[in-house]
Amino acid sequence: MQSLYLLVPLAPLVGALLAGLFGKTIGRAGAHTATILGVAVAFVGSCFVAQDVIVNGNTFNGALYTWATSGNLKMEVGFLIDPLTVMMMLVVTFVSLMVHIYTIGYMQDDPGYQRFFSYISLFTFSMLMLVMSNNFLQLFFGWEAVGLVSYLLIGFWYTRPTAIYANLKAFLVNRVGDFGFVLGIGLVAAYFGSLDYATVFAAAPGLASETVSLFPGAEWSLLSVACICLFVGAMGKSAQFPLHVWLPDSMEGPTPISALIHAATMVTAGIFMVTRMSPLFELSETALSVVLVIGAITALFMGFLGLIQNDIKRVVAYSTLSQLGYMTVALGASAYSVAVFHLMTHAFFKALLFLAAGSVIMGMHHDQDIRNMGGLRKHMPVTWITSLVGSLALIGTPFFSGFYSKDSIIEAVAESHIAGSGFAYFAVVAGVFVTAFYSFRMYFLVFHGKERWREGGHGHADHSHAAAAHAGHDDAHGHDAGHGAHKDEHKHDDHGHHHGLGPNDNPHESPWVVTLPLALLAIPSVVIGYLTIGPMLYGGYFGDAIFIGENHHAMAEMAEAFHGPVAMAIHGLSSLPFWLALAGVVVSAVFYLKRPDIPAAIKAQFSGIHRILENKYGFDDFNQWFFANGARLLGGQLWQRGDRALIDGVMVNGSAGLVGRIAGWVRHGQTGFVYTYAFTMIIGIVAMLAIWLSL
Amino acid sequence: MVTSQLPLLTLAIWVPIVFGLAVLAVGRDAAPSNARWLALIGAVAGFAITVPLMTGFDTSTAALQFVEDRPWVPAFNIRYQLGVDGIAMPFVVLNSFMTIFVVVAAWEVITSRVSQYLAAFLIMSGLINGVFAAADAILFYVFFEAMLIPMYIIIGVWGGPNRVYAAIKFFLYTLLGSLLTLVALIYLFYRSEGSFQIADYHMLPLTLQEQILIFLAFLMAFAVKVPMWPVHTWLPDAHVEAPTGGSVVLAAITLKVGAYGFLRFSLPIAPDASHELAGLIIALSLIAVVYIGLVALVQADMKKLVAYSSIAHMGFVTLGFFMFEPLSVEGGIVQMISHGFISGAMFLCIGVLYDRMHSRQIADYGGVVNRMPTFAAFFLLFAMANAGLPATSGFVGEFMVILGAVQVNFWYAFAAATTLILGAAYTLWMYKRVVFGDIANHHVEELQDINRREFLMLATLAFCVLAMGLWPAPVTDVMHASVDNLLHHVAQSKL
Repeated sequence: MQSLYLLVPLAPLVGALLAGLFGKTIGRAGAHTATILGVAVAFVGSCFVAQDVIVNGNTFNGALYTWATSGNLKMEVGFLIDPLTVMMMLVVTFVSLMVHIYTIGYMQDDPGYQRFFSYISLFTFSMLMLVMSNNFLQLFFGWEAVGLVSYLLIGFWYTRPTAIYANLKAFLVNRVGDFGFVLGIGLVAAYFGSLDYATVFAAAPGLASETVSLFPGAEWSLLSVACICLFVGAMGKSAQFPLHVWLPDSMEGPTPISALIHAATMVTAGIFMVTRMSPLFELSETALSVVLVIGAITALFMGFLGLIQNDIKRVVAYSTLSQLGYMTVALGASAYSVAVFHLMTHAFFKALLFLAAGSVIMGMHHDQDIRNMGGLRKHMPVTWITSLVGSLALIGTPFFSGFYSKDSIIEAVAESHIAGSGFAYFAVVAGVFVTAFYSFRMYFLVFHGKERWREGGHGHADHSHAAAAHAGHDDAHGHDAGHGAHKDEHKHDDHGHHHGLGPNDNPHESPWVVTLPLALLAIPSVVIGYLTIGPMLYGGYFGDAIFIGENHHAMAEMAEAFHGPVAMAIHGLSSLPFWLALAGVVVSAVFYLKRPDIPAAIKAQFSGIHRILENKYGFDDFNQWFFANGARLLGGQLWQRGDRALIDGVMVNGSAGLVGRIAGWVRHGQTGFVYTYAFTMIIGIVAMLAIWLSL
Repeated sequence: MVTSQLPLLTLAIWVPIVFGLAVLAVGRDAAPSNARWLALIGAVAGFAITVPLMTGFDTSTAALQFVEDRPWVPAFNIRYQLGVDGIAMPFVVLNSFMTIFVVVAAWEVITSRVSQYLAAFLIMSGLINGVFAAADAILFYVFFEAMLIPMYIIIGVWGGPNRVYAAIKFFLYTLLGSLLTLVALIYLFYRSEGSFQIADYHMLPLTLQEQILIFLAFLMAFAVKVPMWPVHTWLPDAHVEAPTGGSVVLAAITLKVGAYGFLRFSLPIAPDASHELAGLIIALSLIAVVYIGLVALVQADMKKLVAYSSIAHMGFVTLGFFMFEPLSVEGGIVQMISHGFISGAMFLCIGVLYDRMHSRQIADYGGVVNRMPTFAAFFLLFAMANAGLPATSGFVGEFMVILGAVQVNFWYAFAAATTLILGAAYTLWMYKRVVFGDIANHHVEELQDINRREFLMLATLAFCVLAMGLWPAPVTDVMHASVDNLLHHVAQSKL
């Protein structure tokens, strides 16, 4: 079994190395065969491991090798295989496999084909190492490695100024999160003397009352500080407010990776991490409140931004932000299993939605503006049905997977009583309406109504449309000082892409390598919640992998009210969230199918609010102005005034000048006349005699 | 003390020097390839000699190994005494290893005074080995000063347009810094009743006042070498003017001499002063990390940027040393070794670009990846290592130092950890502007990807960077005993 554990992450790594280092030799077919084979092996291996863990109950916790030792700290690389791990392994390898297959179709014209496969397989390896880790060090390894691959993939089309701006931004914002994460790990190492999960978790209750004094006179709970630091890491990776700013821009990457990395797996690493650390977080009410409130803010306010997006991928991206907020709320409510449950259902239906969006984009010839779409259901039936399934799951339609997970989150928050739970409850309930509205706004605009690309004036065949679609980007990114080349941004043609359909073109359904993954993801999007809610939430599936403190009753209360998935769904039909979701769908149908003048009127009436949303609450502008420009300004000042003027100017050249002046002054003593020297000598002798005599 | 059959350390010092003199003798500008091959043989031979130092090293003891000892100037009891412990040994190996890269990097690039150039590097390699291997204080001092001369010549002769200013600044800065060291050593000679053995000084009881004066005298020399803020301004100038090889040696090796001096002299000879003044050093180190990180951000010249990043990374080294935790001290040493690889590789990468475009200005580049994909891949790896990405060696030292810092003071760690953001910001922003994007101009358009010689150099360093990042245990294991012993000395008051 242990060699199987090793095989699961290494198989994709081998694929990645083959495609990456020998891409030219093995060709396109060789590259996708090698990587798909690697990921398929990982998926099958994960299935065997899962069976072994779930059926036979064989968990594993052991080191692979000692990375380094120092002082009394032993740092290892090793695996922890428990129910939480295998669930993540299955989700990661399955979605990754789907995305690999899909990529054959999506990237078929791209010159970077092999490179792309290499990256996504490398990502799969990194993500597996992250979830299979048994210690904080390796967790951080995987954490940064997925960040690296994300950086590479967002900037995959490296000649696009927007893409290389977005990937740098994503990396740096994630680094802000990692800054907190490293300090959290440091606190754990300092106080627990170990980076091993099991050791740390076992010792955690004993340190529950330990305090640290960060400021003179203020004693803070060690675990609160450590957990909040760790959570800052999760905020970066899982794009929680206010470190969410990188995720919408990450849509610059090719769509398959938006599905794999920026929806299904990598961005959920933070959720996974907090779940893994439940024995620590459960001991700090403060940290849980922080988690809850941050999650609630993200869930609601990022949803609002989804309302006004016109880029199909950005709608899905804001929806992802909002859903990550839901998961985080569940963590804060001590409903870790619910958070992970939503992570899993979300991975399926959001990957589905992204891949379907990619299929639409292909059908539209790389036009991403939903205002130019419409009526696609006739032309792309598989994409249409699967998108509908994904959207229904996302808004929480009873019996769909999203219903079970999202409803459980809402109930868990209702049962939670820690500080901030009232606000969080409001946020997640209100978020249901928002989610339904933006999801179906997109759905109706894309698949129903008039075929708007046929309307003249858009001129899709040339680039004028593309400029319009990216006008929003210019607002958002145009402020980067290093972006002089920003204006001529439409270099997509370099990659064999051309924009938009002509008025007389018909979109075509995508090839089977694209539709097959859609169908395979649609199935779990419907049924996985129904099938697994019982064991995962109430059947003790997670066992010891998740720890819940005695004073947190949400899960226990919910377990009493749970009478099977059917009863839950039927009860759901009469609950507030269901009616809110329905209202969202109906309102969007009215707005975007029947009366498009209403949203236009609202937009005109509330132009102030609209502008705030358009500016994404001003975070990008503020970050650019304060952090990016501020750091450059400060750096410039330190360099000019500190290094150049003060150190070089005054200290170095100043002391050189001083030496020169002293030399010039002393030179006057060297007159060249014997009597001055003789006189000086006599004075010297007298002085020395005086000193000698006085001793 | 452990002794060996062959005088390995003597060979490690003198073989490169003898080869250097031989290269000088055979070299004529008419037939430079003889000089190149002879220099390469010398560099490889020099490295081969140090391999048994690694393989034959006993990691269980803190005592000096491969010891050689014979009188040199009997009148003052100055001895030709050599030996390495777990702290010094890796640097002898690293130095000899990097010398090969310097020779190879110069292969087609240096065309004027080839033999002199190569000879200077070989001689310097031997002298630097002498610094790390010397167990006698005067012997150390002689090597320490002598290694200035070849570097001075390298910058002054093969440097850029402003080379004379840079060379003189470099020379005066470092020379003035080390004059007080000589005074301190002579004082210690009298105080120890006639010994120049460094090991004797470790045992020598000294009053706090004496220790502080000695500490400050050493500080002048070592802080300039490291370099620490605010005596760092010679480094960017020297780097900018130096040829690629000069930058590689400067960053990879000579900066380490200063940090090594702290471990060999300051800490064990003046432990009470070290504790007394630790706050000062830590403050200067953190300033280096944050202030220099910000300064690096705004550099328009790639070499200057990497030079400033070197100063910030060396800030981690001194920070780690003066927290007196095993984790942080070992982290500092690991950072020194890792920085040897990474900064060497970064300067080689910049050299690759400079050789083609004759510009180091970031603004002159853009879209290099379109023409040089293989190079871009290597450059990214080293840039990420420079930003401290896990699984590269750049992560190991920083991580250990930050972990050690949390144990001492959370805010030290807080300030140090800003390197995660700043390091990534200045390195990757540069990378973005140079490598990504559309082809910026016709010079970039005409670029050729790296040739086999360059590929071999970068691939070898990439292997080192990754290997050390994935499995640093072999490196840390070597130093455990010596670091424990050092910290034992530091913990014992001499008062």
